[in-house]
Amino acid sequence: MRFDPGTRVRVADRPHEGHHRTPAYVKGKTGRVERVHAAFKSPEARAYGGDGLPQQPLYLVGFAQRDVWPEYRGRPGDRISLDIYEHWLEDAD
Amino acid sequence: MNRAVHDRGGWPTDAPIDRSEHELADWELLADGLVHALGDHGLMNVDELRRGIESMPRAEYERAGYYERWLFSIETILGEKGILAPGELDRKLGA
Repeated sequence: MRFDPGTRVRVADRPHEGHHRTPAYVKGKTGRVERVHAAFKSPEARAYGGDGLPQQPLYLVGFAQRDVWPEYRGRPGDRISLDIYEHWLEDAD
Repeated sequence: MNRAVHDRGGWPTDAPIDRSEHELADWELLADGLVHALGDHGLMNVDELRRGIESMPRAEYERAGYYERWLFSIETILGEKGILAPGELDRKLGA
């Protein structure tokens, strides 16, 4: 596992043709690793008949809603958490 | 931002989110069971299911209901794998 809980990470903002599990609205945003789930076979390969190996670590990453949605009008402390695979994450510090 | 039809978090809209529920029809339960059976037999996995849904033409995706998208994907993926022959479903359905 490359990132420990608490690490600040940025979601890669790169184009990707084909199936992947990283939604556009969070690409390029910076959050914090909340939990390391486990490693799983990569859906990006499994979606096309591949074996999905090597397994990719999957993290729960939390973001401030205000960082994700510039016009967010909810409470300042509101957060949103997503499952994101390691190869979509970069060190933010 | 260029994104696929399913990747819609944050799409601008003035329409309220439709949160209505409906009783599942028999065919919807069967579609769910079919996907699980295909998975158990190693014929199709959930990532392929999702990829098949994401490959739907935009207008068709918008028109289709949740399990209609599943059926589209099942037909797409099983067709790719040669498990369903071209036109096989239509022939069996007499279409």
